Amino acid sequence: MKFLKEIAIIFGITMVGEILNVWIPLPVPAGVYGLFLLLGLLCAGLVKLEDVSATGNLLLDVMPVMFIPAAVGLIEKFEELKAILVPLVVITVVSTFFVMTVTGKTTEFVLRHQKKEEK
Amino acid sequence: MPLYFGLFISIFAYLIGMWLKKKLGWGILNPLLVAIILVIAFLAATGIPYEEYNKGAGYISYFLTPATVCLAIPLYKQLRLLKDNLVAVLAGILSGVAGSTLSIFLLSMLFKLDHVYYVSLLPKSITTAIGMGVSEEAGGIVTITIVSIIITGILGNITAESWFKLIGIRDPIAKGLALGTSAHAIGTARALEMGEIEGAMGSLSIAVAGLTTVVVVPLVSGLI
Repeated sequence: MKFLKEIAIIFGITMVGEILNVWIPLPVPAGVYGLFLLLGLLCAGLVKLEDVSATGNLLLDVMPVMFIPAAVGLIEKFEELKAILVPLVVITVVSTFFVMTVTGKTTEFVLRHQKKEEK
Repeated sequence: MPLYFGLFISIFAYLIGMWLKKKLGWGILNPLLVAIILVIAFLAATGIPYEEYNKGAGYISYFLTPATVCLAIPLYKQLRLLKDNLVAVLAGILSGVAGSTLSIFLLSMLFKLDHVYYVSLLPKSITTAIGMGVSEEAGGIVTITIVSIIITGILGNITAESWFKLIGIRDPIAKGLALGTSAHAIGTARALEMGEIEGAMGSLSIAVAGLTTVVVVPLVSGLI
């Protein structure tokens, strides 16, 4: 019963997210609508943490495995991308490390600055 | 081929990756990378076509949407921390989106890429479901966008831990934001393994970086 209720809540919210994705003409995916919906319901106290946490944690635990099929599928696309492969890989790699660095360093800088002001 | 073959070897390969990481203790041995290589090698060795594998394995991808919804759980648990550090959090995510746009613009100029490739790469750091729409809207090639999004995610997932150590990023809030802003959901999956704060910040970044990129791309897509 416990899992049935949790699954019903999570899949229900997912479904509403899908409906919003179709109805609202913005490129916002169903999952992001659902994320904010669940967050709102939790904050409002309409859904309790223990009503979703067991199934929720199961889904989050399995999440990395969900990316394996798409990643394996990349080998199928190599022919199609041959012409642009080198710039694609270089740009992707350089900009990924750049963004990680900029975001991490900016956050730490602002955090440190704030702590100093509090003192 | 049994339907559950693809599902089983995906999960089994990931478990081998986790076991190897624990056994050898190498930071570079990322379970996701090990799993992808093992599955590719297995399919190549046995001659099983990708479509046969994906017939079963594809089902697990259906759970990505409810899993994204459940990212609200770590976020809710860390809501207090988020409110207390709102300025730093927003500064981190927005600087990342700006950094992503700028680096892709400069590198595209360097490689003398055509407009169509430039706009295909612009949404590379955001979650696939948003990135596809952004690319299409800007006149990009969706396949290129998807490939660069997946490579970005896997790369962030694999290298973040070593990279943070190398450049000296220690704060869990900064780590989570860096992973989510640069490598979307695949990076956030790694952030969740690092800790609850990292996971919560990654979850938030997926949404905020994704939505900001929707606004930014049309503004810069005409530059090349």
